[in-house]
Amino acid sequence: MGLIDIFKRKKIEGVDDTMYLTLREERRISKENNKIIRKFEREKNRKNVPEEEYLTQMRDPSNVVEFEDLHTYFFTDVGTVKSVNGVSFDIPQGKIVGVVGESGCGKSVTSLSLMQLVQAPQGQIVKGSIRYQDSNGKCYEITKMPKDKMLKIRGKDIAMIFQEPMTSLNPVFKIGEQMDEVVLLHVEGSTPESAKARSIEMLKLVGIAMPEKVYNSYPHELSGGMRQRVMIAMALSCDPRLIIADEPTTALDVTIQAQILELLRDVKNRINGSIMLITHDLGVIAEMADYVVVMYAGRIIEKGTVREIFHDPKHPYTIGLMRSKPTGETRDNRLYSIKGQVPNPINMPDHCYFYNRCDKAMNVCSRDYPDMVDFSSTHCAACHLYYGEGLQEQNKGKE
Amino acid sequence: MAIEKISPDDSKNYNNDDILVVRNLKKYYPVSKFSLFKSRAYVKAVDDVSFTIKRGTTMGLVGESGCGKTTVGRTILRLHEVTDGQVLFDGKDLAKIPPKELRKMRPQMQMIFQDPYSSLSPRMPVGEIIGEAVKEHKIVPKSEYRSYILKVMRDCGLQPHYYYRYPHEFSGGQRQRISIARAVALKPKFIICDEPLSALDVSIQAQIINLMKDLQEQYGYTYLFISHDLSVVKYLSDTIGVMYLGNLIEMGDKNKIFSNPMHPYTKALLSAVPVSDPDVKMNRIILKGDIPSPVNPPSGCKFRTRCPYAMPICAEKAPVFKEYEEGHQVACHLYSQD
Repeated sequence: MGLIDIFKRKKIEGVDDTMYLTLREERRISKENNKIIRKFEREKNRKNVPEEEYLTQMRDPSNVVEFEDLHTYFFTDVGTVKSVNGVSFDIPQGKIVGVVGESGCGKSVTSLSLMQLVQAPQGQIVKGSIRYQDSNGKCYEITKMPKDKMLKIRGKDIAMIFQEPMTSLNPVFKIGEQMDEVVLLHVEGSTPESAKARSIEMLKLVGIAMPEKVYNSYPHELSGGMRQRVMIAMALSCDPRLIIADEPTTALDVTIQAQILELLRDVKNRINGSIMLITHDLGVIAEMADYVVVMYAGRIIEKGTVREIFHDPKHPYTIGLMRSKPTGETRDNRLYSIKGQVPNPINMPDHCYFYNRCDKAMNVCSRDYPDMVDFSSTHCAACHLYYGEGLQEQNKGKE
Repeated sequence: MAIEKISPDDSKNYNNDDILVVRNLKKYYPVSKFSLFKSRAYVKAVDDVSFTIKRGTTMGLVGESGCGKTTVGRTILRLHEVTDGQVLFDGKDLAKIPPKELRKMRPQMQMIFQDPYSSLSPRMPVGEIIGEAVKEHKIVPKSEYRSYILKVMRDCGLQPHYYYRYPHEFSGGQRQRISIARAVALKPKFIICDEPLSALDVSIQAQIINLMKDLQEQYGYTYLFISHDLSVVKYLSDTIGVMYLGNLIEMGDKNKIFSNPMHPYTKALLSAVPVSDPDVKMNRIILKGDIPSPVNPPSGCKFRTRCPYAMPICAEKAPVFKEYEEGHQVACHLYSQD
């Protein structure tokens, strides 16, 4: 079989996974996007929004944050990317919620939506709600909140620690200046002196040996672990109720990772806050989290307490993820691997997104997207294996 | 695997089982300008490292970032010039070999790089990326060239119609497959894998690990696997070397290192790996502080500043790298140095 034949066959079967657009199509899409984006932006940029519009009630008052049916889309010139496509979960007070998933599954975009930091104007929260409860018991609807009000929450009540400590610190300002800025902005009646005292106290809290020296140094003078400590100190300086840690240890070595995780846990207990821990490392999740949310291609496929997820995973993707991590026992056994790769985010299929990669795929899986099935009050998974037609098919297979 | 005392040139008494013998390898980088009055300061990226790799086996090299593991890999291939020491590859000293002959040796030793996004030329189609060196070194006759490239691509799990595509059209896992195909196409004996998995997702990592293992079984490659992910190293390697600040501090058989780590650093490193089980609470040794600057390393044992068992002698004398049980070497004052 010559090479030409291979090309021909592939074209006919339509197996080709890449998408090519003509210029005209691209222009049409971009025009449509502009229309949609303008509508959202107009809504966001209104001035003097009355408070009633974004005050709401929590479903459960013991939660700090509730996501409900959140949809965050990116309107790009090649099509709409549904980064977050119907995500709902809660972050209870004083708990650590771990979000796992591969790169591009929407875990970071979920957290950015909560901070109102999604790359606008392309990225927009299209649907759904994010409810946040502050320390006085007031509930806010983050998706409807005007920008100027959000400034009071972002960085103060909800703080974020980013993956790359090098790129998230400004290289031309001293550590001290950057830390003071946070305090001066958010703590009422703070003076430069009190801000400095606060910053140094925070640096001490995160276990930096010479806080005065670090206070006066530039980011490049510190090592990766130190920088991440500074980031954590900065996040803590306003006593946040929720810390979003977006892959806080991915750029660090194992020994430093152990230090940082220990620190995060310690800090959480001290301020009695919650942590939303985003990572792709199952080991980190197992160690840190109370609740786990597993995401795949913009949707939650399984969630539960850490024990339920690790001891009794239900969704084939979760099971696959657990098995594909080498435990190192035997080298002769082949490592289990999930075949294929994540589908193209622009043309998501109607059926289960995991269908093409799943070992247990059935006929019903190629028809519609599975519903969430509850296994306990906390544990649920979206898979056809556990209900209705799929379950019957399974049982038939066994007989 | 003991280090024998060797004369400077004994490439003759070389054991045919060993594909690579590294002896007292040193690589220093100058950090200050030459001056008559001051001695020049160096970063001792690799300072006296010796090890041997047997044919068809995998050696894992672990350590924190900045400990010199990548420099070891690159110096072996002479991508950086060797400051001092010997690198015997198939009995020939790569450190001293003239450039023309080195070029002839190049196809036999290949490298897979860490970041599949920056290690592939964005202006070349996949077929050309894989085939460029094949043409250059005349690995196969011209008439078989295309079918050979397609075969290599198939071996590495790449579809034949990717031949004319460009790297930007592929995901990270596929790109890493292209990098592997590029290395494998030259029919090498020895491949250095410099953190080939760290840029990939967990499910894709497993695919690449399996691919590398299959290729090794099929063609008998020898790997030097550089990584900071201990679980992967444990899975793939036969022997493991642990590096700290340019020194090899512990080396030995995989099982011996994991069941009986001797050096305090190895112990800490092993205990720091998170376990995917919420009920297992590790008895964790958490090291204090960061890795010291390699320009001014601590005197004596370089690890003493972070070591929970540091003794006075550690500051005075560097520990000797010694064999304590068969195929298990450690450099630490906790064990007798005689």
